Amino acid sequence: MNEIKDAPKTNFKWVGHRTRRPDGPDKVTGRARYGDDMVLPGMLIGKVLRSPHAHAKILSIDTSKAEKLKGVKAVVTHKDIPDHPTIQPPYGPMISDMHDVSRNVMAREKVLYDGHPVAAVAATSERIARQALKLIKVEYKVLPHVMDPYDAAQPGAPVLHDDLFTHGIKPAPKKPSNVFRVVSTGRGDLEKGFAKADVIVEREFRTQPVHQGYIEPQALVVTTSEDGAVEIWTTTQGHFVIRALCARILKMDMAKIRVTASEIGGGFGGKNNIYAEPVAIRLSQKTGRPVRMVMTRREVFRGTGPASGTYSTIKMGAKKDGTITAAEGVIYNQAGAFKGSPVMRSIDSFFSSYTIPNAKTTAYDVCVNRPKVAAYRAPGAPMACLAAEMAINELAEKIGMDPIDMRMKNAVQDGGQSLAGVKYGRIGLNEVLTRAKNSVHYKSKLGPNQGRGFALGYWMHGGGLSSVSANLLDDGTVAIATGNPDIGGSRSSMRVMAAEELGVELETIKPIVADTGSMGYSHLTAGSRTTFATGLAVINSVREIIEKLRALAAKKWEIPVEDVTWEAGQAVTQRSGFEALTLKQLAGMATKMGGPIAGHSEINAGGAGAAFSAQIVDVEVDPETGFVSPTRYTVIQDVGRAISPDYVEGQMQGGAVQGIGWALNEEYIYDDKGRLQNAGFLDYRMPVASDVPMIDTIVVEVPNPNHPYGVRGVGEPPIVPAPAAVANAVENAIGVKAASLPLSPPKVLAMIEGKSGGD
Amino acid sequence: MSKHLVTATINGDEVDFTCHADQTLLEVLREDLQMTGTKNGCGSGDCGACTVILNGRPVNACLVLGAELDGAKIETIEGMGKGNELHPLQQKFLDHAALQCGICTPGFLTMAKALLDRNPDPTETEVRFALAGNLCRCTGYDKIVRAVIDAAADMRANQS
Amino acid sequence: MIELKYEAPETVKAAVKLLSAGRGAKVFAGGTDLIVQMKEEMIEPALLVDIKKIGETREIEINKNDIRIGAAVTGAEIGENKKLNAMLPGLVEAVQLIGSDQVQGRATVGGNLCNASPAADSVPAMIAAGAKAVIAGPKGKRTIAVEKLLTGPGKTGLKKGEFAVALVLPRPAKKSGDAYLRFIPRTEMDIAVVGAGIALTLNKDGTCKSARLALGAVAPTAQLVPAASKILVGNKLDDDVLAALADVASAACKPIDDKRGTIDFRTKVAGVLACRAAKIAWERAEKS
Repeated sequence: MNEIKDAPKTNFKWVGHRTRRPDGPDKVTGRARYGDDMVLPGMLIGKVLRSPHAHAKILSIDTSKAEKLKGVKAVVTHKDIPDHPTIQPPYGPMISDMHDVSRNVMAREKVLYDGHPVAAVAATSERIARQALKLIKVEYKVLPHVMDPYDAAQPGAPVLHDDLFTHGIKPAPKKPSNVFRVVSTGRGDLEKGFAKADVIVEREFRTQPVHQGYIEPQALVVTTSEDGAVEIWTTTQGHFVIRALCARILKMDMAKIRVTASEIGGGFGGKNNIYAEPVAIRLSQKTGRPVRMVMTRREVFRGTGPASGTYSTIKMGAKKDGTITAAEGVIYNQAGAFKGSPVMRSIDSFFSSYTIPNAKTTAYDVCVNRPKVAAYRAPGAPMACLAAEMAINELAEKIGMDPIDMRMKNAVQDGGQSLAGVKYGRIGLNEVLTRAKNSVHYKSKLGPNQGRGFALGYWMHGGGLSSVSANLLDDGTVAIATGNPDIGGSRSSMRVMAAEELGVELETIKPIVADTGSMGYSHLTAGSRTTFATGLAVINSVREIIEKLRALAAKKWEIPVEDVTWEAGQAVTQRSGFEALTLKQLAGMATKMGGPIAGHSEINAGGAGAAFSAQIVDVEVDPETGFVSPTRYTVIQDVGRAISPDYVEGQMQGGAVQGIGWALNEEYIYDDKGRLQNAGFLDYRMPVASDVPMIDTIVVEVPNPNHPYGVRGVGEPPIVPAPAAVANAVENAIGVKAASLPLSPPKVLAMIEGKSGGD
Repeated sequence: MSKHLVTATINGDEVDFTCHADQTLLEVLREDLQMTGTKNGCGSGDCGACTVILNGRPVNACLVLGAELDGAKIETIEGMGKGNELHPLQQKFLDHAALQCGICTPGFLTMAKALLDRNPDPTETEVRFALAGNLCRCTGYDKIVRAVIDAAADMRANQS
Repeated sequence: MIELKYEAPETVKAAVKLLSAGRGAKVFAGGTDLIVQMKEEMIEPALLVDIKKIGETREIEINKNDIRIGAAVTGAEIGENKKLNAMLPGLVEAVQLIGSDQVQGRATVGGNLCNASPAADSVPAMIAAGAKAVIAGPKGKRTIAVEKLLTGPGKTGLKKGEFAVALVLPRPAKKSGDAYLRFIPRTEMDIAVVGAGIALTLNKDGTCKSARLALGAVAPTAQLVPAASKILVGNKLDDDVLAALADVASAACKPIDDKRGTIDFRTKVAGVLACRAAKIAWERAEKS
């Protein structure tokens, strides 16, 4: 059941219609070329040697035997990667310290997690490269390690970086620790707020780190030239970012590095970073040959970033009428081996759906001996949302109020603001909650051993830097080039918006993702920003073409340009005696009457705004085994406007199922030495098709006033409330409170049997 | 370094290749034959991205050795459509938007074809369990399952 | 660097010869465990002996007194065998639970047995059904009860040059039924956290004549639970008997805490699954 209402669709030729994606045929036939599908003549295979220890000092690295192996062409260690000083505060929202990034790419003084790269080889075949890795001798001095963010923040914990001093606390600490920074935000007076409450709920939660789980492993091919030029083919969410990071780490000229984004086989934030790119550049430079590096699935799990695991505490108070009077949330986010976890998003994500007069949130950014975290769909939000949304459900239960009514009572309104202080414009929260309350699902009855969970999630969408170039070809077709890898159907939405603006058939438009040499800077395909920000740039570019076409028609007709308008794909004028000129006709004249016509746009888009996703989930719990089966699921979300409803629904469904995995089974399992035990899809248990029901979607469209079509962004909100909704459903089914994720069967069974609160 | 000489039929064409004893069918297809439509997601049989049909049965190409394939009949995603004409499953995947990033799509299509060859009228539950060996992280499976059921209906209608 | 060799003999004799000569020879059938172990560098064999071209490893024979399943028969082939489905539905279900449909096209019963994972799905069902393994080796053939062949995680009593050619099972008597259930955290694609296989035969009066319960993933090898037979034989499957069955099943567990489950969980769920499997087997026996 997929409904679309609220939007005046009749005004649109393409927007809001179910159109086919331009990249579809290549993907269903196997023709689409992903990271690992590129072959170059003379290509070498690069492989990485990784640390077997969670924390150890590197005493020595002897690569001599590996270098002598027949077929080995080069070996790289940290000696081949320049060192960088650490950056000093104040820190921006994105911590991108080359001191750390270079060390994550290749360990220098110490290894900081199981899987940390220590050396790499390039050889004529994969088997020789693997053999060479075994011949590299690394001497380590194993150090004590720490895995849990709360433990790591305590005095006496093994310290990962002796030059890291906590930022954001007073007095400034004199001793190094694992806490990189403490950030908080809030309003009002907590003490007074709690004093007004009739009911107070206090809880704590632990969540495990979870991996983005993209099916395509990191893969790239690098070629280098004697004149210093570098070409990179890689699977990434942002090839301009890859270029910038490689240039900075290797101290190269940016213009000499050209990065082409391959077709990308999933990312979810996990492909925002660099891993092997600088190493491959060095291997290629040392050998003068192209080098391909592809991670194994085991390497993906051991060496690339998961989302932060967390420890959180929450206290919320409410009056009997449901008014939330005060709320406090504290969260410890694992940053992994290097500083920088999504703490700013976490503190904004506890309570930003509500008008709570007295609220405070605090987040600790804590280093532990795990892979450096990477963004994962709404980074930092689901864990904070879990704590808040489970506490609100308990408050509702205690005062005997319906959980959706409780949220309606406290819902933030148009013109309100997020906890971090970002002012909302027109938002669709009331509509989302009303549609949830009135849904068939919410009104349905539950069966035996079943429970229902509800949760609400908030996400502030990103805008940012995007570049687009649109070229009108002389047959009247239009090539649209963006700098954003297409991860969830952006070529489709760009094509729809371009065709809508021009008033032409979809097939007239050919969208592509251009390389870094062809375009202005475009930031990552991340933060649900692409359809909004890059879409704006597409609209700008096409409008520039339209302006030029109007001018061309005016020239042809020898009338003032003000008298020419663009309607339904043609230039028209009110003046009599002129027949409309179609796009095709004008395109044919252009080169003879002034030159090629193109439009381009380079922008820093703002105003994407907030979006809310509500989720209702029913689960059935086997009382004898603790097995949890989601039986019904509905996602209700304000998307602003669905440019391509099929892909909007797909985002909502995919996000929800990732959340189900997070809630029920996904976790990292380390042994007592800090070595990852489940570095594969067998025991890192992502949902399979038989684990989940159909995911119903209710697409709410409250158009964003800051976008010509009302786009808000779609990808991130659906994962935010999902773990909380599932956990609430499990609590509802078994009548026991949960204290940690995942709610895997052993934990749920122990909860049922009263042995623990799922700790 | 002695290699095995293997003659197999791939998508109806007789193909000769040589391979080392430890080389998998997936490596042979992707590296030696440059048939990169079959994807590599895990190398351990846990994701299904490399699903091909071997002698009439769906298998993970990463769990088959090239050396054992002399005389074998292999069908891959590249052979699914007829010339420029898409297979009904491919068409339905497009119609239902049953793909996002697309890396898992060839494996899902191949597996779905194997399912419908055996069971032309599967229930939703049967589809879900038949596809349980194929991981998709983008779609939440909803649209994939709908596409397979719809393709099955169309294929049955066209046969009767 | 060891250069791996691959051979595909067509007779048992030739296979034994290859397996006997030199070091590092491994039997290769479905490859669903072996290839993964090789790729993850857990093992580095020098020779793979593919037994799939040996006729007797590939056949299912339903004889007057026994059933013989070739070691290299795949899960998918077993699933398609109607007679086997009718006679030993529990064993067939157990085999069919191994991996995805793609894995079913390759994974073999002999491989599931000889890989000797404590969690192998087909093994408790084989043990319950009284299966024996036919082993070929330099000294000819020998037959050994499945539960006796397994000696530890990843370990069997196979001697150098030996390999499993087939499984032999007694034909179930009238009024017999079997069942296998396993617990996994998802609905598919996991390794059993607990497995319970049971085969039983009823008397005319509806009481239990004989029963064999075997558990997987709760000890270093799949285990026959003789105490379960004592609980069931002579009785009907009432609540008291089920409770006692659950107790003996749980008591027979010697599990470990690992990435797949805890000691407490495995112990409890072994009892739950033993009872659930017993009910299914009982119903099948009544209907047969």
